[in-house]
Amino acid sequence: MLVIKDLHANIDGKEILKGLSLTVKPGEIHAIMGPNGSGKSTLSSVITGNPSFEVTHGSIDFNEKDLLELAPEERANEGIFLSFQYPVEIPGVSMVNFMRAAINEQRKYRNEPAVSATDFLRLMREKKELVEMDSKLTNRAVNEGFSGGEKKKNEIFQMAMLEPKLAILDETDSGLDIDALRIVANGVNKLKSPDNATILITHYQRLLDYITPDFVHVLYDGKIVKSGGKELALELESRGYDWIKQEVEA
Amino acid sequence: MEQQYIDLYKAHHALIKEHSAAVMNESRDEAFALFSTLGFPTTKLENYMYTDLRPSLEADYGLNVRRLDFPVDPYQAFQCDVPGIDSYLYFVVNDGFYPEIDDRNKDLPKGVIICGLKEASEKYPELVQKYYGKLSREKKDGLVAFNGAFAQDGFFMYVPKNVELPRPVQLINIMRSDVDFLANAHNLIIIEENAKAQLLVCDHTQDDVRFLANRVTEVFVGEYATYDHYKLENTHNRMTNLATLLIDQKASSNVIANVITLHNGVSRNSIEVALNGKHCETEVCGMVIADKNQTVDNFTSVLHNMPECHSDELFKYVLDDVSKGAFTGRLFVEKDAQKTRAYQTNRNILLNRTAKMRTKPQLEIFADDVKCSHGATIGQLDDNALFYMRSRGIPYAEARLLLMNAFMADVLDYIRIDALRDRMKMLVEKRLRGELSKCEGCVICQ
Repeated sequence: MLVIKDLHANIDGKEILKGLSLTVKPGEIHAIMGPNGSGKSTLSSVITGNPSFEVTHGSIDFNEKDLLELAPEERANEGIFLSFQYPVEIPGVSMVNFMRAAINEQRKYRNEPAVSATDFLRLMREKKELVEMDSKLTNRAVNEGFSGGEKKKNEIFQMAMLEPKLAILDETDSGLDIDALRIVANGVNKLKSPDNATILITHYQRLLDYITPDFVHVLYDGKIVKSGGKELALELESRGYDWIKQEVEA
Repeated sequence: MEQQYIDLYKAHHALIKEHSAAVMNESRDEAFALFSTLGFPTTKLENYMYTDLRPSLEADYGLNVRRLDFPVDPYQAFQCDVPGIDSYLYFVVNDGFYPEIDDRNKDLPKGVIICGLKEASEKYPELVQKYYGKLSREKKDGLVAFNGAFAQDGFFMYVPKNVELPRPVQLINIMRSDVDFLANAHNLIIIEENAKAQLLVCDHTQDDVRFLANRVTEVFVGEYATYDHYKLENTHNRMTNLATLLIDQKASSNVIANVITLHNGVSRNSIEVALNGKHCETEVCGMVIADKNQTVDNFTSVLHNMPECHSDELFKYVLDDVSKGAFTGRLFVEKDAQKTRAYQTNRNILLNRTAKMRTKPQLEIFADDVKCSHGATIGQLDDNALFYMRSRGIPYAEARLLLMNAFMADVLDYIRIDALRDRMKMLVEKRLRGELSKCEGCVICQ
């Protein structure tokens, strides 16, 4: 599904990713962990096409398409979704208009007719329940005045609406209390299917208590330096990252 | 530049007066004398420093001093279609009130007068005399004086005490000429005590020639009266639109002045609201969407002359290409105007490096127990918001449009006529999409 080969990427001329390779297959959950500044968020930005980042070398293929050739909106419509670490507030744009525009663009991309008003509202209602989101929030402007937890729930709500093939959750667990974490994790688990894949970017083992990864990768200095099963996350939790840094530098 | 008009007045003042009305003629020579002294405003004057009007004023325009009829059927040429607005509909062609030809205005409430200012001056001289020039004569302003010297007609509206107009009044200003043309219209609006009225003014141009309109509107709002003034400009690029709106508010009155520039050439709006009684409420707002080499300069003054009044001011601009915008927010709080609450905001988005915006809050506060705030920003569309939307599959152009529409939304919320607000939302969206934003039926707007 997703094949990343020897990826190098810069921001403001500074190289952050230095030869990263990763393969994700349908149905898999990958966790990417690593110390601060190792390039985790850069990876999610580059996959989704954030124009602030420049890819200098390497390739990203998504279902046999060259992702780097596509605009961010085309990548989204191909089925890639990013749950932002810091969801953006958009004053004046209502959640309803925002989601309807997104859904209809996706349908247009697939040559499907626009969604009817009733179907759209029904869809909104269903998906809100999935993430236990307060109805009032969808009547407001996108993320405006939402608490940290509400913003993260809203990301999962949007993911539920758009049903991506590949979801990247960038530190979705940060800033969440235990209840919100449980709700968000439940949402992710319910959306899981053998056809879609998930990449979890996280600092902590905590989220992985709720969502069980098939693979755990350690990102350090712009490269994946170690991969393993879910037990690797537990080991990181107890030993920290220093031993990995030492291994790499040795 | 001024000389040709000074010569014209000297040669033809008798003719100008002959084709106007006595009440308007009384102050004409005085206005001319003032204009002769002041001349047209230049950028050396603080109030006009941002926009050079010379290129617009230098052109050789024709005037219609003899009040010859222009061959035009405004109903045919223009149907300003705001679905559901169901307005009382009037036309001023250039500077002359266009006689009514249909029945839709027949059921005006008793006592309400809507007609040409010249006609009103002849039929109701005492009423007109009580108000005409009361605000404009005080202005030491070349454009206002010029209007006082040359204006022969305009729009007149009188709503007597305790009368509420059940429907909005719509005034369509049409510029129509086969040669470059200048028109000075003077509008007079009187809303008496506890009366209520809404006026929508639509400015349009019909022919592909250079136009200069120099319009002065005086509005008197009585105690406990409510008045909405919406001005929508949708003119072509060869129009210079100079508009002075002077509003006098008595105690406990409520006014909205919302000035929207959708499409234009060079525009200058001078808006002055004087709060001359306690407990006045006023909202002065506007928006500008400009591109190519369009110029819009909104100069606003809110004068808190009496205590315990509340004013809100909100102006928003979206400028593209080499367009130029200017905003001045003058807020004056008189020494005894305690408990004043006055808030002002001006926000601007430049879509292009070559667009220019000048903004200046100008607060002069002489009272010590007031709440006043002001804020002005000039910036670009939020890149983070754009990327966020694109990451959800919304294309770049559409995401930009959503952001710009959102940016303008709160100015439209100040429109208290639902049908007009809906129509404006649609027009703003069309304009931002780069489609023609003309009202349906308008043939020249480009």
